[in-house]
Amino acid sequence: MAPNKPQHILLPARSRTIVASFAVALLLMFLPWPDMRYVPDFVALVLVFWCVHQPRMIGLGIGWVIGLVADAGNGVLLGQHALAYVLLAFFSISFSRRILWFGSWYQALHILPLLVLAQSVVLLVRLVNGAALPGWQILVGPLLGAALWPFLSWLLLLPQRRALEAGSL
Amino acid sequence: MEHTPPPFFKRGPAPVVRLAFFASLSIALLILDARFRYVDGLRDVLALAAYPFQKAATAPITAARRVAEFFVTQERLRSENTALRAELLDAARDAQRYRTASAELEQLRRVTEMRARFDRQTIPAEVLYTGRDPYDYKVILDKGRQQGVLAGSLVVDEDGAIGQVTRAHDLVSEVTLITDKAQAIPVQVVRNGLRAVGFGAGASGMLELRFLPANADVRNGDELVTSGIDGSYPPGVAVAKVVRVERDATQAFARVVCRPLAGVDRSRYVLVLSGAESRPPYPVTESPRRGTKAAARAGGRSGAE
Repeated sequence: MAPNKPQHILLPARSRTIVASFAVALLLMFLPWPDMRYVPDFVALVLVFWCVHQPRMIGLGIGWVIGLVADAGNGVLLGQHALAYVLLAFFSISFSRRILWFGSWYQALHILPLLVLAQSVVLLVRLVNGAALPGWQILVGPLLGAALWPFLSWLLLLPQRRALEAGSL
Repeated sequence: MEHTPPPFFKRGPAPVVRLAFFASLSIALLILDARFRYVDGLRDVLALAAYPFQKAATAPITAARRVAEFFVTQERLRSENTALRAELLDAARDAQRYRTASAELEQLRRVTEMRARFDRQTIPAEVLYTGRDPYDYKVILDKGRQQGVLAGSLVVDEDGAIGQVTRAHDLVSEVTLITDKAQAIPVQVVRNGLRAVGFGAGASGMLELRFLPANADVRNGDELVTSGIDGSYPPGVAVAKVVRVERDATQAFARVVCRPLAGVDRSRYVLVLSGAESRPPYPVTESPRRGTKAAARAGGRSGAE
């Protein structure tokens, strides 16, 4: 673990990038997947990313509204994703300083419990409402999501980094 | 986040306060939605916000399918054509028979001064996508209130019933499949007219007839159709076939498992049978008691809508 690697100073994030990333995540969520249990929650991932990297721009309120849209689009009880995403945003913001200190695979280890937390909030709401247990496969989504984290960080930081490299030439 | 910022760095209320606020708001919404269904207006607005994403997400797949359909072989087209023509002839014969039969029935009803049956409006629709939630069995159709889809309508494919419209938004509607655990459908055995209620069995993709006495006259292979006595479904729509009957001497009820006839989780093109029959109001009873959650919800769905 060597946190004293040289780091580039990133350009400030543009709100356009943030809006676009959330739009793409919602799009991926609404794709007609054959089995939803194996699909990582892209919206939660993007939300965690921006809460960790831009805690001043993205916070609980935005997470809540996006959760509501996810609820309505999926036709589930209104408020379950909203609740999950609010908790997710809260913990990501609280841990953002700590998470940013690590390399991306160690970051993924921090993201995994957050994603599991969000998933279990949704599961809990469903169980209270009388649904059956969905089985262990429910954990595959968060695991895949955490595995996607290094790639996602690289991808979402690209707009801030590329401009810098172009300038340094 | 531990130290308190100086007053000139204030950024609104503390995160914990915000968390408590939004969390309680979410829980309030959940309770309102689950128990009282007060928030359907808000849901409509949000569904409208989600609609472009849903459309965009399904667009490439629809386009790919169109392209694939364009490149079918001549031979397949011809064989399909022949099969369809044969089917059409069959259907035409059935339609003839149906027309005469319904005319006769009409006459008989008039004679006995019974109320003429209301012919339902049928709306063809396409399944946009299946609900994301792995816990319940729902599909979203591309027709909504603007096309005349009403909550409570039965949805069928070419083989039989697949579900009920549980929410109708402006442009899309949400169908709960008959295999959903909370979905009940009143059925009748074709062979002897025995009435029963079919409940979804969840992940197995089957239906279960509940509350049938252990000695009820149900056999393997019996066909079930909708009975239509609850008023929200038309009678006589094929639903399922009995595949297993278990009679246990220690239990009061028989366990009857049925397989849906329709392609509940496969069909892409479906028909919505909209519009309810006008019938006299239910007799007043004492205040309804809450049974098991599932039964209460299912009853509310099929009874009230």
